Amino acid sequence: MPAVTLKNITKKYGDFVAVDEVSFEVKKGELFGLIGPDGAGKTSIFRILTTLLLAEGGTATVEGHDVVKEFQEIRNKVGYMPGKFSLYQDLTVKENLEFFATIFGTTIEENYDLIKDIYDQIKPFNDRRAGKLSGGMKQKLALCCALIHKPEVLFLDEPTTGVDVVSRSEFWEMLAKLKKQNITIVVSTPYMDEAKLCDRIALIQNGKIMTVDEPQQIIKSFPKTLFAVKAKNIYKLLQNLRTEKEIENCDAFGEFLHLTLVSEKADEEKIKTIAQKYNPEDLEVKKTEPTIEDSFIRLMREQDNSREPKEMLDGK
Amino acid sequence: MENKAIICKDLTKQFGDFKAVDKISFEVNEGEIFGFLGANGAGKTTAMRILCGLSFPTSGEAHVAGFDVYKQQEKIKKNIGYMSQKFSLYDNLTILENIEFFAGVYGVSRYEIKERSKDLILTLGLEKEAKKVVGGLPLGWKQKLAFSVAVFHRPKIVFLDEPTGGVDPITRRQFWEMIYQAAADGITVFVTTHYMDEAEYCDRISIMVDGRVAAIDSPSALKKRFNAVSMDEVFYELARNAKRTSD
Repeated sequence: MPAVTLKNITKKYGDFVAVDEVSFEVKKGELFGLIGPDGAGKTSIFRILTTLLLAEGGTATVEGHDVVKEFQEIRNKVGYMPGKFSLYQDLTVKENLEFFATIFGTTIEENYDLIKDIYDQIKPFNDRRAGKLSGGMKQKLALCCALIHKPEVLFLDEPTTGVDVVSRSEFWEMLAKLKKQNITIVVSTPYMDEAKLCDRIALIQNGKIMTVDEPQQIIKSFPKTLFAVKAKNIYKLLQNLRTEKEIENCDAFGEFLHLTLVSEKADEEKIKTIAQKYNPEDLEVKKTEPTIEDSFIRLMREQDNSREPKEMLDGK
Repeated sequence: MENKAIICKDLTKQFGDFKAVDKISFEVNEGEIFGFLGANGAGKTTAMRILCGLSFPTSGEAHVAGFDVYKQQEKIKKNIGYMSQKFSLYDNLTILENIEFFAGVYGVSRYEIKERSKDLILTLGLEKEAKKVVGGLPLGWKQKLAFSVAVFHRPKIVFLDEPTGGVDPITRRQFWEMIYQAAADGITVFVTTHYMDEAEYCDRISIMVDGRVAAIDSPSALKKRFNAVSMDEVFYELARNAKRTSD
């Protein structure tokens, strides 16, 4: 039995379709990532799965329980960390933790093993009010509170948004440890570079799932040879290359441009020949492996081609 | 001072015993895209508020667009543009009304607003939406519009506080193309971001750690110095020993 299933789940706000016939499954013990920008529908999906929001269409289960008929069972079995900090600001660290333990009919001691690594880091601030904690510590406390009843499935909605690179990598280390304790984790993020830390990911945009697979598989199934190009004036090179018919797509990617050609027969030499027309200084061309972000952009373009961007504007 | 958009010397901001910004010194050249990076709680926001004329430093000196941060806050405000991830235009005003309102506040003439807002709406491809309220626009469009509004009065410097947070990868790149365009038009760009690939798009970047500027240089020079393949690694090297983690 999968830990989570969604079948044709649809959620509308007025005329706006936030979640559009979404289907996927999360296996038990899996670290599953829902990857997409703001407004893609990630939070609505989380709220439907945690029984806080009703879908207009489709069915979904968590640990075998239907999200509508058996919401009570689900609430006992899941931990949920919303994107917005939602613990009691006026309670201390310890009081918050005790409160959540009590609500779920357990004690801090009972599941201490599970939270120990994380709790140890905030324990020195046991008597500080949650509202007075730093961003990183709030996040750790929220994670402890979501774990205190030993949930079978943990839902984390954008835990690393707006967090710097160092804290983000620490957070993912914590998730890797939790996974070893056999907790199924469903996590959402707008950062594409975090995708590779998940067992499987769903790429989501405009309420639609564009693909679900292992990160490596998504990268493997990138249909074109990808080239990395750079020169001294990279912005000028980008503008020039985009006017070339033989170049399919060209996007800025850090210090390089990533581009694909219309013809798969062409190679680095071909790109050099095209680029030389514009006399770039220090031109460098090489093949490169696609990233999840390359795949995401490619899938977005495919989605956009079947949908006029102007239509999006009519949404609320 | 002619060719410097921003000059900071030993700039410090203290809250009680806590030195949020601790003697930072750096200069930003005119027309430069300057990335202002740092760990959470490193003091970026505090420093930026001083540079925008919203908060007084405790000690040290700073000039923005040639104006003193102690004595000429109002002049600074007139000569800069500002947008952040949270800043959004008035949802209940239309695109045109928002442009008129903000440009009007900055003292752009009615005639100029009328002429240039037409061009702007054409450039953004928002002809059909110009008379619709901003609230209904997708996030990416809102951010592009907010940026256009922030530079509409042709400020000398524009401050961008995580302008692309949560924005999809295509729009994020379009947004950076707008930044390049603004820089090409002579506007100095001062930008913060958590996306390390965006750090690569800057001419120079500084990385703040615990209230101090831990490093400042071009992305390629920083990578060389830290023997790193990506800016991610540079950032990690500098920030992993940070003592502060607060937001």
